[in-house]
Amino acid sequence: MENFNIFIRSIFVDNMIFAYFLGMCSFLAVSKNVKTALGLGVAVTFMLVITLPINYLLQTYVLSAGALTWLGPEYADVDLSFLSLIVFIAVIASMTQLVEMAVEKYSPTLYASLGIFLPLIAVNCAILGGSLFMQQRDFPSVWTAVCAGGGWGIGWLLAITAIAAIRERIAQYSNIPAPLRGVGITFIITALMGIAFMSFLGIKI
Amino acid sequence: MAEKISNKSVFFNPFSKDNPVVVQILGICSVLAVTAKLEPALVMGLSVIAVLAFSNVIISLLRNTIPTNIRIIVQLVVVAGLVVIVSQLLEAYAYDVSKQLSVFIGLIITNCILMGRLEAFAMGNRPWPSFLDGVGNGIGYTIILVTVGFFRELLGSGTLFGFRVVPQAFYDAGYVNNGLMILPPMALIVVACIIWVQRSVNKDLQEK
Repeated sequence: MENFNIFIRSIFVDNMIFAYFLGMCSFLAVSKNVKTALGLGVAVTFMLVITLPINYLLQTYVLSAGALTWLGPEYADVDLSFLSLIVFIAVIASMTQLVEMAVEKYSPTLYASLGIFLPLIAVNCAILGGSLFMQQRDFPSVWTAVCAGGGWGIGWLLAITAIAAIRERIAQYSNIPAPLRGVGITFIITALMGIAFMSFLGIKI
Repeated sequence: MAEKISNKSVFFNPFSKDNPVVVQILGICSVLAVTAKLEPALVMGLSVIAVLAFSNVIISLLRNTIPTNIRIIVQLVVVAGLVVIVSQLLEAYAYDVSKQLSVFIGLIITNCILMGRLEAFAMGNRPWPSFLDGVGNGIGYTIILVTVGFFRELLGSGTLFGFRVVPQAFYDAGYVNNGLMILPPMALIVVACIIWVQRSVNKDLQEK
C-alpha cells in the first residue's frame, strides 16, 4: 500500500516536469507531435524503471557509508558516497546502450520508432534526477524504487503527451506573436500547466 | 569544422546571438530550478562555466583517440569527474549554497549544454578554441541565469543577494511581494519573456 501511494505521488504530486522541471531539454525538442512524444515517454519510463532499482541496490550495498559491511567488519567505515554521481551516470549510460542493443535485436519495429531517442535518454536529466532523488529520500526497499521510477516515468509520459497535443493544436489554429512562436509559447504553456499541477501539492495520499 | 571561425566570435557569439539557453534551448532544467534567488543562480553559473571549460579542453585533447561508438560514455565520465570535484569543493567552502542547489549540482552532468557543446564543438576543434567556446557558452548561460534570478528575487522576495532593496515605505503603502515569482513555473514565464525580447530584436531567430 505504501508503495502504491509513492507510485501515485510520483505521477502527480512529484511530477518530474511540472513540479521539478527535469528533462526539459528533450521535452522541448521532441514535443512537436504526439506520436514521437509518446515514443520518448515510453523510453524514459522504461529506463527509469530499470535504472532506479539498480542504482538503489548499488547505493545500499556499495556506496553509502558503511554499506560494505557485508564484505567483512573491516569495511564498516568505508564511505564511497562521493562516487555516487559517477556510478549512477555510468549505470544509466551503459543501460541505455544495452537496452538499445536489445531492442534493436529483438524488436526492430520498436527500434525503428524509438531509435533516435534511445541515445538521447542517457543525458535526460529526469533519469539521473530520479536516481539522485532516490538517494536523497532514503527509500525503504527496492520495490519502492521500482514504484517511484514507474511513477516518475508515467508522469513524464503524461506531461510530454499533453504538451505535444496542445502544441499540435496551437501550430494549426492560433495566431501567436512571431517572436514567441515555437519555443516561447511552449514555455508559457508549460508554466501554466505547472501552476495547475501545483494544486496537487500538499495532498497527502 | 571546415570554415575557420575566429576565436573572438567563438567566445562572444554565445552571449546573445547564439545563447545556449534562449537560442539553442539547452540546459533549461537548471535554469528553472535554481533561479528563485540570485546567489545560488550565480554559484550554479560559475560551476557550469568551470565544468564546461575544462571538459571541453579534455575532450578536445582526447578527440582523436576516442572511438566513436563509446564517445557518449567517455564524455559522461569526464564530465562526471569534473562535477564531483566541483560538488566536493562547494560542500567544503560554500555549504549553505550547496544545500540549496541540492541535486542540481549533480545534474550538471546531464545538463544538455555540456553534451551539446562537447558534441558540436570540442569533438572537432583544437583545445584553445574549445576552451574559449566553453567559457563563452558558460557565460551566456550565466547571463540568463542571473537575469532570471534577478527578476525572481526582486519581485518575489523584494531582496537581492539576501539584502532588502524594496524600501519599507513601499510595504507600508500596501506593496506586497509577488509570492508566485518564487514558484518554479514563473521561471518559465520569465525565460519566455527573455526569448520574446531577444527574438524581437534578432528577427532572423524567429520561427515560422
